[in-house]
Amino acid sequence: MTAALVPLVVLLPLLGAASALILGRHRRAQVVVSVVALAAVAVIAAVLLAIVDGGEPVAVTVGAWPAPYGIVLVVDRLSAIMLLVSAIVLLVVLVYAVGQGVADRHRETPVSIFHPSYLILSAGVFNAFIAGDLFNLYVGFEILLSASYVLLTLGGTGERIRAGVTYIIVSLVSSLFFLSAIALVYGATGTANLAQLSVRIGELPDQVQLVLHLLLLIAFGIKAAVFPLSFWLPDSYPTAPAPVTAVFAGLLTKVGVYAIIRTETLIFADHDLSVLLLVVGGLTMLIGILGALTQADIKRLLSFTLVSHIGYMIFGIALGTQLGMTATIYYVVHHITVQTSLFLTTGLIERFGGATSINRLAGLLKASPFLAILFFIPALNLGGIPPFSGFLGKTGLFLAGGEQAAADPETAWLVWAVIAAGAITSLITLYALTRFWNMAFWRGRDELEGYESVLLGSVVEAPEGATVTATKSTPTLMVAATTVLVVVTVLLTVFAGPIFGLADRAASNLTDPAVYVSLVFPGGAP
Amino acid sequence: MTASLTLVVLMAVMFGAGITIMLERSLTRVLIGFLLVGNAVNVLIYLMSGAPGLAPILGEGVDADEISDPLPQVFVLTAIVINLGITAFMLALIYRSWWLAQLGAKGDLIDDEDEDLHDAEEAADLFRISAADDAAVQELIEASDEEYDRALDDELELEASARDDLEAGSAERPEADR
Repeated sequence: MTAALVPLVVLLPLLGAASALILGRHRRAQVVVSVVALAAVAVIAAVLLAIVDGGEPVAVTVGAWPAPYGIVLVVDRLSAIMLLVSAIVLLVVLVYAVGQGVADRHRETPVSIFHPSYLILSAGVFNAFIAGDLFNLYVGFEILLSASYVLLTLGGTGERIRAGVTYIIVSLVSSLFFLSAIALVYGATGTANLAQLSVRIGELPDQVQLVLHLLLLIAFGIKAAVFPLSFWLPDSYPTAPAPVTAVFAGLLTKVGVYAIIRTETLIFADHDLSVLLLVVGGLTMLIGILGALTQADIKRLLSFTLVSHIGYMIFGIALGTQLGMTATIYYVVHHITVQTSLFLTTGLIERFGGATSINRLAGLLKASPFLAILFFIPALNLGGIPPFSGFLGKTGLFLAGGEQAAADPETAWLVWAVIAAGAITSLITLYALTRFWNMAFWRGRDELEGYESVLLGSVVEAPEGATVTATKSTPTLMVAATTVLVVVTVLLTVFAGPIFGLADRAASNLTDPAVYVSLVFPGGAP
Repeated sequence: MTASLTLVVLMAVMFGAGITIMLERSLTRVLIGFLLVGNAVNVLIYLMSGAPGLAPILGEGVDADEISDPLPQVFVLTAIVINLGITAFMLALIYRSWWLAQLGAKGDLIDDEDEDLHDAEEAADLFRISAADDAAVQELIEASDEEYDRALDDELELEASARDDLEAGSAERPEADR
């Protein structure tokens, strides 16, 4: 019974995509199919999480070929958490997109394209989370990337094509890195199965391990947008339609982070690159947020904070301790929901205020107090104001850092430096977002003409500021979807205790790779 | 592990050539470079399967030790299919960006005429121009009324169908909006 549920999380969206494509001419039916498919996956993910957290591990071999030859799908606590969160976020964003009518805003796009691509993207994301071998992970990545190419260039306007080209070429290069890494890993160990790799990698010479480790980290680092491989993100995400940007920002980078977690905790559990990861994590935070400081355009600003906050997760992964992993998992969940809701709110601001630039928005608080709340809560949350989940996640990471620094005096100074970078980043995030708040929400509409302030001295407009027309109509469905997601971010704070407990149990699976191995090979790895 | 030197050299050449071409600015060349590197990676995967053997089909009288490793072959097949899909998409993208370049800075936003005033004015201009064209054609017809010209007839038909398209297009649009 349980075993049958696992493949369904990939199959349902794929079948949904096929039906949505066939139903291309019937918009309503298409919407129903997509919503039902994603809602079903969300329910299955919740059931799986309950089962897995109850202590019954789930590993399914597909196609009757036993592991390590066949395809094995593994759901442990981390996978189940990621499945559930991403299913909820995907569902909410889909409802938002339906509200916006994104599928028909641009007449040069066939109406039928959006829903199938979106479902295929979901299938890829889910497949990546349950993949039990490297090659299946690659296939998951390719599924979600192919769909994301289509979604990013939706409508085929010049601006999107230009942004899409950067994104696509960078993704292609990262895929080639990943595939080469798989080839070399297979050549060195004779397997691509994660559980078997975990056992066999340790037997390789140190230098070979280093090469394989770095290759995989580069491939995943590009996807997760880790500095210095993050240059592509702020240029390509902001041009897409709001729901597409929201789901990309929330989920796609986290798939990369998830892959890095697996690489570090499972495949290379004994091969230590934590110093490199610490340095890279700290730099990602600082350089990302410094980029955000100078952005006038809220979409670009948020893209830079997205890059910067990936650094926190890399920091947690680098620590590698039980508390570090717990905080990382909690932070991933927090960041997916908060970043997505901020981008959704931006979509509403764009519709309501007719612009995304800090220089052209004003008086939104008076015009729409509810929109102001929808922006204010996730903004404070991302900045790490207590008692929100951003604060809890960061505190968890800093505590884990302090513990690690005390345990290992050699790298203590580095860990403290990264903690300091994290604290600074958090403050600058708060500064950048409250500055936007001050200008767009607090400033009166009448002050807009000839407004001067030191706060705006350093900001630059987006290179290709697209003209947006204010529609003033904000469909109820869009507002409702955003509200639901903001409520979810608040719930993450309210139920922080149980969620941290869950993350703690998930982390205990991660810190001991033997758990995963015994899950796939109950009788010991061959 | 034994590997074929020919394949190793082939792989190296394809990697080198592919990466060089990928560094060009033209999208088409980037695509060609991607194809070369993609196939080089496929050869690399194949190389990793070790010594070649019999076709990897387990049947009667086939010793499992004599067949080549089937897994890398499966990987290569999958990778080829994925590359095919990506290539198709890239070609569409290249075509689209070429098309946009042909249209100039205005892009192909011509069908947005009813979205705001500026575009509406442009559309009105467009109709005015085509109306002037029609008038000119009408004059021509009257002038050449005496001698029937087959070529002109063809031209008129073309004009008419183009005008029909335009009208049909503008009539349909409000429909599509709903």
